[in-house]
Amino acid sequence: MSAPLLAGEPLVAVRNLHVDFPSATGVTQAVRGVSFAIGREKLGIVGESGSGKSVTGRALMGLLPGSARVRADVLRFGTTDILHASEREMRGLRGGRIGLILQDPKYSLNPVMTAGAQIAEALRAHTRLGRREARDAALALLESVQIRDPRRVHDAYPHELSGGMGQRVMIAMMLAPNPELLIADEPTSALDASVQAEILRLIEELVDSRGMALMLISHDLPLVSRFCDRVAVMYAGQVMEELPAADLHRATHAYTRGLLECLPSLTQKRERLATLKRDPAWLAPRT
Amino acid sequence: MIDIGNLDVRFGANHVLRGVSFRVAPGETFGLVGESGSGKSTVLRAVAGLVTEWTGRIAVDGKPLGQKRDRAFYRLVQMVFQDPYGSLHPRQTVDRILSEPLAVHGFTDADARIPRALEEVALPRAARFRYPHQLSGGQRQRVAIARALIADPRVLLLDEPTSALDVSVQAEVLNLLADLRAARGLTCILVSHNLAVVAHLCGRLAVMQGGRIVEELDEASLRAGRAAHPHTRDLIRLSRDLEEA
Amino acid sequence: MSDPASPIADAATATAALEPIAPDAVPEAAGAPPPPQEGAASGRRAWLLTEAPASRAQAAWGRRYQAWLAFRRNPLAMAGLGVILVMLLLILLAPVLATHDPGIQELGNRLAAPSAAHLLGTDELGRDVWSRLLYGGRITLGMVLAVVLLVAPIGLLVGCVAGYAGGLWDRLLMRVTDVFLAFPRLILALAFVAAMGPGVESAVIAIALTAWPPYARLARAETLTIRRTDYVAAARMTGASPARVVLRHVLPMCLPSLVVRVTLDMSSIILTAAGLGFLGLGAQPPLPEWGTMIATARRFILEQWWVAVMPGIAIFSASLAFNLLGDGLRDVLDPKQR
Repeated sequence: MSAPLLAGEPLVAVRNLHVDFPSATGVTQAVRGVSFAIGREKLGIVGESGSGKSVTGRALMGLLPGSARVRADVLRFGTTDILHASEREMRGLRGGRIGLILQDPKYSLNPVMTAGAQIAEALRAHTRLGRREARDAALALLESVQIRDPRRVHDAYPHELSGGMGQRVMIAMMLAPNPELLIADEPTSALDASVQAEILRLIEELVDSRGMALMLISHDLPLVSRFCDRVAVMYAGQVMEELPAADLHRATHAYTRGLLECLPSLTQKRERLATLKRDPAWLAPRT
Repeated sequence: MIDIGNLDVRFGANHVLRGVSFRVAPGETFGLVGESGSGKSTVLRAVAGLVTEWTGRIAVDGKPLGQKRDRAFYRLVQMVFQDPYGSLHPRQTVDRILSEPLAVHGFTDADARIPRALEEVALPRAARFRYPHQLSGGQRQRVAIARALIADPRVLLLDEPTSALDVSVQAEVLNLLADLRAARGLTCILVSHNLAVVAHLCGRLAVMQGGRIVEELDEASLRAGRAAHPHTRDLIRLSRDLEEA
Repeated sequence: MSDPASPIADAATATAALEPIAPDAVPEAAGAPPPPQEGAASGRRAWLLTEAPASRAQAAWGRRYQAWLAFRRNPLAMAGLGVILVMLLLILLAPVLATHDPGIQELGNRLAAPSAAHLLGTDELGRDVWSRLLYGGRITLGMVLAVVLLVAPIGLLVGCVAGYAGGLWDRLLMRVTDVFLAFPRLILALAFVAAMGPGVESAVIAIALTAWPPYARLARAETLTIRRTDYVAAARMTGASPARVVLRHVLPMCLPSLVVRVTLDMSSIILTAAGLGFLGLGAQPPLPEWGTMIATARRFILEQWWVAVMPGIAIFSASLAFNLLGDGLRDVLDPKQR
């Protein structure tokens, strides 16, 4: 564990983050000067595909492919400088102090290990636990993600679980080392609306009760604004606008407004959907 | 135009559809709503002839259909798939993808039809010789729509056509579908989990759960929330919840 | 622009590809590639690398050029390709490069060490080893080519049909494949050669008969995944006949992994051919086939080592080169590796 944070310092600080992907035809700038800070709060990062929102999350975890070039004035988690951290330090962060929940539990869980074994493994990677203790701790974690029958789920393989249940197991696994920050990258896009609401409510409760910070990455603006304190809207690798989630309907940026207006509505009939007019000025580097 | 009666589908021991019946009038757009596993996509695939393990009655344009479909059927009925990344052959150019149905149905005016089809879905001519991986998701879905319409079908089956797209692109594709439907007088079945999308395009819809249609209602009652079945009410409540947030 | 490897790269690389097309669906137009350097060759390069090809041919060549660019980044694979090209050149130019007639015997100069007159020495009948290697390459590599030309289409077709048709056809074709797969390769080849009499042609047929089942298995496995994809469903929705779907939509998708498998198998085909030659069941003695050359030289391997080692080196380098090439091709062609 590194030195304690000074009071008043945010848990995560990102200033002027750039991520480039060199390719045969030139350099693709996926993230172009993103800055934000996360304290003990829930930050939503919203954007369309290709806006650089996932790349930002992965840069924070040091999970980008080797070809990526990352630059930043500040990229800090706690007191760890992520840009200059050793692979060993990063391993301590990933799955230790930072938990990552991905879109589809079908792909992020190991298909040949039972749910319980995977949670126990996550536990034992960071703490010294006996077999029996690990099992008890895994069951307790499964209970904490509101699984009604933890014993059955503990011994089940991922393919025997529904999507929502799989995502709960994933969350339990991420909670095992007691992380300070949870990064959820489209955690509910593969789930039905009813399950989606349950899972997000669960994440919200856990984050609140454990005093964790949450970074929720999603394409779904209404969803994010409902579950987060603040929302950063990304477009073409830059943050267009950052605002308190409650003030979303008062968003000023044309892009944010456009995203909200092009949604079909259940309650109001619209003959034609408004389409988003992309202003080339949005692409200009922002300071 | 489409008449489905008592449709049953079993995959082995798995009873996927249990006695599904509905009718779609010519020029109408009918919505099928439900959560994953409710069987809504299977209905569409059975109509399209992609699922053959069905019993019951499927009739299109007054003609009852068997398990095997002939070429004439595919002149009449076409489908747009959910995932524009998966529904276009990764090693074929847009040109090749669009000329395939023309070759099968013996059209000889491919060189005139392909540019016209691209124009109809608002794709630039430059897209004609690109590979799918050189296009964005929205552009791919436009290619898929162009492919479905290039042989002038009268029935279009839409399987979650916008759920893999960004919301801004979804709006464009939904507008495009509405325009094409009006211009060509298409009869459509739209499968979606998104009530707002279904309400936007469909005059009537059916809510499915566990392989059954639990309720059929029209757009006005859906928007007003006048639903009888608890599952429908649940879906409406969830959808409104997010909208009002 | 190479295919994206991961969702991240997808998001990142989606950008450059879309620059010139309608702004509507391009939220990520930020990372425009820098303008290509002007130069003598840049015109053709730009034509090949353009994101908006103007014709079918340009699109196809552009894709091939992309693959070539990716392939060129793998030095080992390039080395393999280089070795193979040099070998092909050598055996094509054999009449020019050979210093002696490969069949002429010079019994007074048996088993001579390498010298200016005989670059790689002479064999037990006084024939020039260098010249025999050059002409022998024609036979050995020709056999390999013949085997591949026989095997790949059969395996591909059987596998694709079995995988796509399923049911009875699948069971029937796969059991036949299993029968061939159940025999040890060299033993089955031996039996065929024994039945048909030794010679180059029977060796080719024998190797081909034992080499196709793995290709059929591979093609079937690929087809089983491909047939469930939406693009095959879309092809069926055009009203195309099953034959058309298999030939025009499924088969091209199986091809890359098959090509890779073939290049990786080349070496084992060379070795089987050499093995049959070594056992005296392939090319017959006066013919300078590499395996046969080793077989006849084995008696002198201790005293006059060069007679056996030279064809050994040829077999070794050809096998290694094909393996390296195959690995490189897999990185470029196999969609699963991306």
